[in-house]
Amino acid sequence: MSVGTHAIDIRTSPHIKGQLTTDTIMLHVVYALLPVTAFAVFVFGLSALLMILVTTGTCVLTEHLLCKLSRKQTTVGDYSAVITGLLLALCLPPAFPLWMAVVGGVVSIGLGKALFGGLGMNPFNPALVGRAFLQAAFPVAITTWAPAFWPKVWSIERFTSIMLPTVSLPFMRPESVAAFIQGVSLDGLSGATPLAKMKFEHQATPLIDLFVGMTAGSAGEASAFLIILGGIYLCARKMMNWRVPVSILVTASLVSGAFYLSDPQAYPTPMFMLFSGGLMLGAVFMASDMVGSPMTPLGIWIYGALIGAVTVLIRLKGGLPEGTMYAILLGNACTPLIDNLTQPRIFGARKKAVKQ
Amino acid sequence: MTFPWFGSRKTFAHGIHPPECKDLTRDKGIRRLPFAPHLILPLSQHTGAPAKPIVREGQEVVRGEPIAEPGGFVSVPIHAPVTGIIEKIGLARDARGGMSPAIFIEQYQAANQEILYGAETDIDSLSPAELVKAVQATGVVGLGGAAFPTHVKLALPEGKSVDTVIVNGCECEPFLTTDHRVMIEQVDSIYKGIRVVMRALGAKRAIIGIETNKLDAVEKLRAAIPAGIACAVEAIEAKYPQGAEKMLTKALVDREVPSGGLPIDVGVAVFNVGTLAQIGELLPFRQGLIERVVTVSGTGVRSPGNYLMAIGTPLRFILEQVGFRERECELIFGGPMMGTTIASLDVPVTKGVTGILAIAKDHPLAHRNGRVYPCIKCGACVEACPMHLNPSELGLLARKMEYESMAEQHHLMDCFECGCCSFVCPSNIPLVQYFRVAKAITRERKVSK
Repeated sequence: MSVGTHAIDIRTSPHIKGQLTTDTIMLHVVYALLPVTAFAVFVFGLSALLMILVTTGTCVLTEHLLCKLSRKQTTVGDYSAVITGLLLALCLPPAFPLWMAVVGGVVSIGLGKALFGGLGMNPFNPALVGRAFLQAAFPVAITTWAPAFWPKVWSIERFTSIMLPTVSLPFMRPESVAAFIQGVSLDGLSGATPLAKMKFEHQATPLIDLFVGMTAGSAGEASAFLIILGGIYLCARKMMNWRVPVSILVTASLVSGAFYLSDPQAYPTPMFMLFSGGLMLGAVFMASDMVGSPMTPLGIWIYGALIGAVTVLIRLKGGLPEGTMYAILLGNACTPLIDNLTQPRIFGARKKAVKQ
Repeated sequence: MTFPWFGSRKTFAHGIHPPECKDLTRDKGIRRLPFAPHLILPLSQHTGAPAKPIVREGQEVVRGEPIAEPGGFVSVPIHAPVTGIIEKIGLARDARGGMSPAIFIEQYQAANQEILYGAETDIDSLSPAELVKAVQATGVVGLGGAAFPTHVKLALPEGKSVDTVIVNGCECEPFLTTDHRVMIEQVDSIYKGIRVVMRALGAKRAIIGIETNKLDAVEKLRAAIPAGIACAVEAIEAKYPQGAEKMLTKALVDREVPSGGLPIDVGVAVFNVGTLAQIGELLPFRQGLIERVVTVSGTGVRSPGNYLMAIGTPLRFILEQVGFRERECELIFGGPMMGTTIASLDVPVTKGVTGILAIAKDHPLAHRNGRVYPCIKCGACVEACPMHLNPSELGLLARKMEYESMAEQHHLMDCFECGCCSFVCPSNIPLVQYFRVAKAITRERKVSK
């Protein structure tokens, strides 16, 4: 038998390859975000759906156009822009004006990512850059919360009509969300978030409401349960470093626990801290963004501890009810420094001769 | 199967668990491959100076006869693997793709290929210095792939001592089962070889390290430990690159070979189990290394197995014998993690070839040549690198061609190209290739300074 002619492949070692690739990881992050997204639509209705579609669309489109402009192959296929879009929508109020959401999407990708050189080069989480920009540009709109309609309101009105601020015209003052709430709801439904209630009215929200997601807040903050579920899925598939959320949540509960023990009347319980606001979403899906977090295990513990502690300090001592966003951005900013300080000891380096 | 060592398995930190793919050949006993009609014996098939031919064209040689002498201390002789005639001494294709000097032998088809060379010796009467010479004369080099002349490791430098001989039976590369079969079928030779190197080095004990995926070999060797030598057989975690000598030393005796150093710096000498089996087999008869066991495996091969083949057998002949599937594939000498791809079927098997793999393009582990994404700093390479380097950072520096910074601040020269980082990288970044280039340039710059 003759061997004949063949196409023989030549390459350098290694010749085999683990089959987990970047686009697969990103795609699975999208999968993990889907339940949170779906629940946001279920709780907040058509407005939330529109906003999610608009931010995701804007992010993907911006990424594509910027690639074209810089004459590079488009990088839309790696799904990272989809994640940014989803995360941006999930950390905005459900009735956020759509035109502002478009601005947020463009800023996220353009300023937060493409400007630094695209995927892998961005020092900050792009979605949070977009949100920080919106917070500075539209401070009122971004703190105008719609209440969670489910399960207090069974009306399906939230799926058939749009909250007025959603469709407000560019550069016009957004309509008030109050009118819509009046239209569909019973009394006692307020758009104040649990954190704002805690900070300004000293009124705690039942834990179960926080856990399941029956509170006012950003679109994706609602259900801690679904967020944790998505996080567990990603950790189990080794697509996320479990140390990030764990270190953040542990530190946040320790720091807030210390405050609570010092004065139980003035400060909320650690459990309230963990499950309210954007901490869960931020810890699981934003701080764990591989690009902006340190690479060494020790570095990640430091990074997580920093974010957890700063979040609690801003919430309890700062002027804002919520501090997750700034805490994560601060953590991102410290990452290169942390990475530098926590380089592992090289095998066999700086070690005295072993006794023989 | 039970794992009595579970929980207390010895190992090193980091590393990866690639699929083993050893089932193709694990239970296939060693079989002899027929002699090829024409053999090619490169003069440089070991690390160090090339051997010098001591035969002329047209000369008849007998199987086992020396045909080239060592070109220096770090060099070994070459012996004729078959009875036949020297066709020519000239350039031949080598595994790296270039041409290098070699001796071509045409086999006498009618010869019975009996080994007539050699003289029985009592190895126990030899002094350590004589043992070193005798081992050099056998032409044995590291058969685990490095092909470093074994006698050089036996000659202790001034002021160094070795208390422990480590026998490397890890075979951590996927697909390969050469050492596995040797450990099962050549137990006596292995212990003879261990006795030789222990005596030459004055070592107090020997430890055989075997990965837990070869428990049958562990049992076999443990049951056969001869009286009178302090030898232990340890099962260690099946993890790549457990068989790298620095990792193995760490796992078995918990000593870290210093950066830039050798195992001898911590009183350890590491030998591949196949190498010792050959020493044990050849040395008592003063014979030369003329054949070796090679795993021929992969989805591109019809009858995978562990074949005993004459050194110098051309790849084309081997593939004709074992059957080559008509498919696009990659041909590899060695393991899939650190081996070399072969561009020509005229390349011969040399002393350092542990395996011949034909990995078809549709193999689930085959390199897909996927799109290279930017580094997303996931840290998978950092958690994989057995030397605890930061391949991600090194890769970014390599892209910027900052080789000096790589070598001086990021310990580039500690990389031994095991391939873990490239294997795990989700962005398909060819990290090892970057480092190979960077290391070559750093070495060049050092020389030119």
